Amino acid sequence: MAMRLRVFKNIIKQGFQGMWRNRGMGIASVSSISAVLLILGVVLILILTINNIVLETKTKFDEIQIYLEDGLSNADYDRIENRIRDMEGVLSLVFISKEQGLEIMKEGWEEEAYLLEGLEENPLQDSYIIQLLDIKYAEEIVSNLRNIEGIEDVKYYQDVIDKLMLVANYIRFGGIVIIGALMLVSIFIISNTIKVTVTARRREINIMKYVGATNGYIRGPFIIEGILFGLIGAAVSILIIKFGYEYFFKSVNDKLYLLFTVYLVPPTLLIKDIAIIFTAIGVGIGALGSLVSLKRFLNV
Amino acid sequence: MIEFQNVDKEYDNNVRALVNINLKIHKGEFVFLVGSSGAGKSTLIKLLLKEEEPTAGRIILNNMDITKVKNRRIPYIRRNIGVVFQDFRLLPNKTVYENVAFAMEIIGAHPKEIRRKVPMVLSMVDLSRKASSFPDQLSGGERQRVSIARAIVNSPPVLIADEPTGNLDPDTAWEIMKVLSDINGRGTTVLMATHAKDIVNSMKKRVVEIHEGRLIRDEQKGGYGNEITSF
Ligand SMILES: Nc1ncnc2c1ncn2[C@@H]1O[C@H](COP(=O)(O)OP(=O)(O)OP(=O)(O)O)[C@@H](O)[C@H]1O
Ligand SMILES: [Mg+2]
Repeated sequence: MAMRLRVFKNIIKQGFQGMWRNRGMGIASVSSISAVLLILGVVLILILTINNIVLETKTKFDEIQIYLEDGLSNADYDRIENRIRDMEGVLSLVFISKEQGLEIMKEGWEEEAYLLEGLEENPLQDSYIIQLLDIKYAEEIVSNLRNIEGIEDVKYYQDVIDKLMLVANYIRFGGIVIIGALMLVSIFIISNTIKVTVTARRREINIMKYVGATNGYIRGPFIIEGILFGLIGAAVSILIIKFGYEYFFKSVNDKLYLLFTVYLVPPTLLIKDIAIIFTAIGVGIGALGSLVSLKRFLNV
Repeated sequence: MIEFQNVDKEYDNNVRALVNINLKIHKGEFVFLVGSSGAGKSTLIKLLLKEEEPTAGRIILNNMDITKVKNRRIPYIRRNIGVVFQDFRLLPNKTVYENVAFAMEIIGAHPKEIRRKVPMVLSMVDLSRKASSFPDQLSGGERQRVSIARAIVNSPPVLIADEPTGNLDPDTAWEIMKVLSDINGRGTTVLMATHAKDIVNSMKKRVVEIHEGRLIRDEQKGGYGNEITSF
């Protein structure tokens, strides 16, 4: 047991040495892994955001939301309300003032809610949410609503959902293709980097074989080296994504594109998952890269 | 200890390097392997080290048929065999001490054991004073002694040497022979391939001669051989 532990310690030490000696080429490996992961991160965020939009929209599937113009009189409110109640297929009608709207938004944002505190004026509009008896009434009700004076916008989501799903699928597919190709590229770059160490240590490897070193002992340090490159690459990209996305999220909020921000995944939720995924992929690429480069070298 | 049973070796290019070799070497023996260049001496050694696989036949080492051993187990076979080559094969960026200690590190020896054993073998090959020198600061004979120290530091029962004196002048060659003879005297079986006629003739050890892949002579207290089969 103690013997295995010493052998293991030795392998790790050599792995670190290899990485240090090879640091020039290592930068290429680290950058390529970082690049792959960054693109992966952007695609992931895109997909998550679209999923969010679809999800949000879906819950409103049998709802129609209407937004009212500013500055309507009480009579206008009554008129609009009555017109809607008279329509066939309307189950219920709920009024949401713009103040209530803001409260709801704050709850949904959890930790990022403080961003909404600094608003000088409420950018939202008063609205009604209309629950339908059945979706089959939707089309007709929507077209009738558009004719009522004082209603600025009618949101009904079926076609939006369909389009979003389509876009999401394209992004998913395109993302997978790009990421797959880039992963191959970085495995290739890593394997070349490791090959440099292997070649530099060829004599040593040969002697190690004659003295009875196991394949694991010989391979170990190179795999560790690859994994270290992978880990550094992952760390770099995690940091870039973290600060980049936090900055993006904040500046989108500052500029009050509120309708869009609702759908953005808050950074705190996102970064943890991204960190786990990136670390796993970084380590995977690193280990695979060194295994590829070792395959041909160690067959005696 | 070592036994070849009907061993054939044909390389991929159809060269028949060994033909029906039968050979038995007992524990503690000192055996010279002679034969002209290309006779198949190195091939025989490579089969023992499992660097090459025989085309036919069985090779027994320590009561184990090593031709049946899985690739994964090869390192453990090699730990029973110390090897010395004509070109020393030392690591240039490591000192004499480190070159020898290296062989113990890779099999996970205890650091205490390493600190005890390395000076011991270095003194056996008379290199205690050079422990902290680098290989390029040593003479050929000294380098070969380092490689012998490395080969025996893990106390393998067998030591194999492929032309260990091939790069050395006659006096230095004799130094090496004295070291190998000492090691043999401590019980290690030694198999040495060589072209060194004088050495073989004066040491009066068992001589096995290979000619064009066939074993043509196996003689106790033999000589290097006649001028027809040697060159
Ligand atoms: N890897 C190989 N592939 C093909 N043929 C080989 C290989 N190694 C050796 N041979 C051939 O096998 C034969 C025996 O070679 P070997 O190296 O065993 O001879 P040797 O007795 O050691 O010679 P020397 O005294 O010159 O070292 C030679 O004809 C050689 O060309
Ligand atoms: Mg030879």
